Amino acid sequence: MFSRVLIANRGEIALRVIRACHELGIEAVAVYSEADKGAAYLDMADEAVCIGPAVPAQSYLNIPRIMSAAEITNADAIHPGYGFLAENENFAQICRECGITFIGPPPEAMRLLGDKVEARKLAKEAGVSLVPGSDGVVEDIEQGLKIAAGIGYPVMIKAVAGGGGRGMRVAHNEMSFRSGFTSAQAEATAAFGDGSVYLEKLIVEPRHVEVQVMADGTGNVLHFYERDCSIQRRHQKMIEESPCPVISEKVRQELCESAIRIIKHANYVNAATVEFLLDKDRHFYFIEVNTRIQVEHPVSEMVTGRDLIKMQLQVASGEKLGLTQKDIKHRGVAIECRVNAEDPANGFSPCPGTITRFIPPGGPGIRVDTHVYQGWTVSPNYDSMLCKLIAYRPTRDEAIATMRRALSEFVIEPIKTTIPASLSILSHNLFVKSKIDTEFVERNF
Amino acid sequence: MLAIILILAILVGRQVTNRKGSAMAQWDEQFSKLKQIIEMMKDHNLVEIQIKQGEEELCVKKAQPVQQITAVPMFGAGLPGALPGAAAPAAGQGQEAVSQEDKPAEIKSPLVGTFYAQPSPDSEPFVELGSRVEPDTVVCIIEAMKVMNEIKAEMSGVIVDVVAANGSAVEYGQVLFKVRPD
Repeated sequence: MFSRVLIANRGEIALRVIRACHELGIEAVAVYSEADKGAAYLDMADEAVCIGPAVPAQSYLNIPRIMSAAEITNADAIHPGYGFLAENENFAQICRECGITFIGPPPEAMRLLGDKVEARKLAKEAGVSLVPGSDGVVEDIEQGLKIAAGIGYPVMIKAVAGGGGRGMRVAHNEMSFRSGFTSAQAEATAAFGDGSVYLEKLIVEPRHVEVQVMADGTGNVLHFYERDCSIQRRHQKMIEESPCPVISEKVRQELCESAIRIIKHANYVNAATVEFLLDKDRHFYFIEVNTRIQVEHPVSEMVTGRDLIKMQLQVASGEKLGLTQKDIKHRGVAIECRVNAEDPANGFSPCPGTITRFIPPGGPGIRVDTHVYQGWTVSPNYDSMLCKLIAYRPTRDEAIATMRRALSEFVIEPIKTTIPASLSILSHNLFVKSKIDTEFVERNF
Repeated sequence: MLAIILILAILVGRQVTNRKGSAMAQWDEQFSKLKQIIEMMKDHNLVEIQIKQGEEELCVKKAQPVQQITAVPMFGAGLPGALPGAAAPAAGQGQEAVSQEDKPAEIKSPLVGTFYAQPSPDSEPFVELGSRVEPDTVVCIIEAMKVMNEIKAEMSGVIVDVVAANGSAVEYGQVLFKVRPD
């Protein structure tokens, strides 16, 4: 096991990793920019090193400074957290060359799965469904019709050279396909000088469902079930839950096993999340892999009773997990709400500033993951997430009630936060019935 | 209301032009560039901008609760005289450290690494108490990842305190020396 781990990150995830280190008897080294100087969580680390000014490029993204910090503090390993350098294969490579263990996948696996095209190829080889499509340019209408019939309507006709929603048409049947095909080609030629089009199945009302995976480097790949993250605004997740309320046990098993197949096929090690889209008929389609630990990992921790960050440290230090899939059981319902320093009444614009009153919720069924406390100043330099609030109860209705209760108790003044928006979502009839999809928030709020 | 402090230092070595007309035109152009930068900072709620173009460098910083005034080298054609709202000193030889009165200036570490006061274990230290320094004077070495980086004073003055301990680990921004500037 490592004796010292440097955390190349900040805020709540840095604190999360410090906690996991201490429970394993590992010393934690924190790094910080001048904007985070004096943060209380830094005092929880065994050592803290200032690595640069506020701007991320000169601090949290600055590989030479982070490596120097690891050198002067004698760190054996670096945990990259999420964001920043977590999916930077160059950083992972440099760690390897400097003899410092990168707590995450080997650079080759990160590179392979980080490339969307390569990842899709791999998923296909692993026998996992992708969003069905034409696999290339469609030359003419007749060929297109054949392919569309194979995919199943509705289909999207998309310009190969396209972007910005241009050169796209939706076809619900043969007739609309014929007209849509021609006009898509014409628009594409006019807009991009290239009329080539391809086809993709239009997933109607998709849900975002992802699977938490952990590979221990000895060929043992485990899953920790799925998370439904359909409550999003502009592709930013707001609320995540486990289990996905609308899939059967059979679909759950297929989903999780598909995720494992992909990870095994890539010779991946350590934590990853495999993302899928779920359509209204509960078919799932592979989208991509996130080759890091994610913000919403606590959701999976609560429903399986496991500590994923400790596992990351154990796997990276070469320890066997000593677990089989049978040992990982799913129990109860966990819901996570992200609390951000943003004003929902004002287009979710960021609200930096000093928090003069901070009273987090507590009581049964509540977990609070935060680096923030009374007196904390929210800096404009970094993302606006203040806190992750997780409710864990035996049933979904209870979890929702506990979360509503906790959000109502939470005092954060004077800055605006997303708490009112989360409360609205949690009270919405459609959320309670889980008749939602990834566009639910933008349609209703 | 946050005041915006412009810090400009003037590099001598360029002759101050006697042709007032062209100097004024250059000045107008640069001032309007500055105004654009300030507007951009306001619009995007930025705190600091550093722009480097060849040998020219401009640093614009928004006032923070704990103010730090640092010297920034060079800015365009050397122009004497006060800028509205500027806290710059008058043109002088070389770079100037703008320091608060009666408080020594500090040479801070620009790197994370190990501080060495001398070039090699048995040589004399680069500087000592009372040593005179110019902007290009090497004051120490900071070793980072086996690379020896020579650290320059970036100011003119006299060393009044050697703060960092030889062989010790230093972080970004750590005070290495105190200097009584000219």
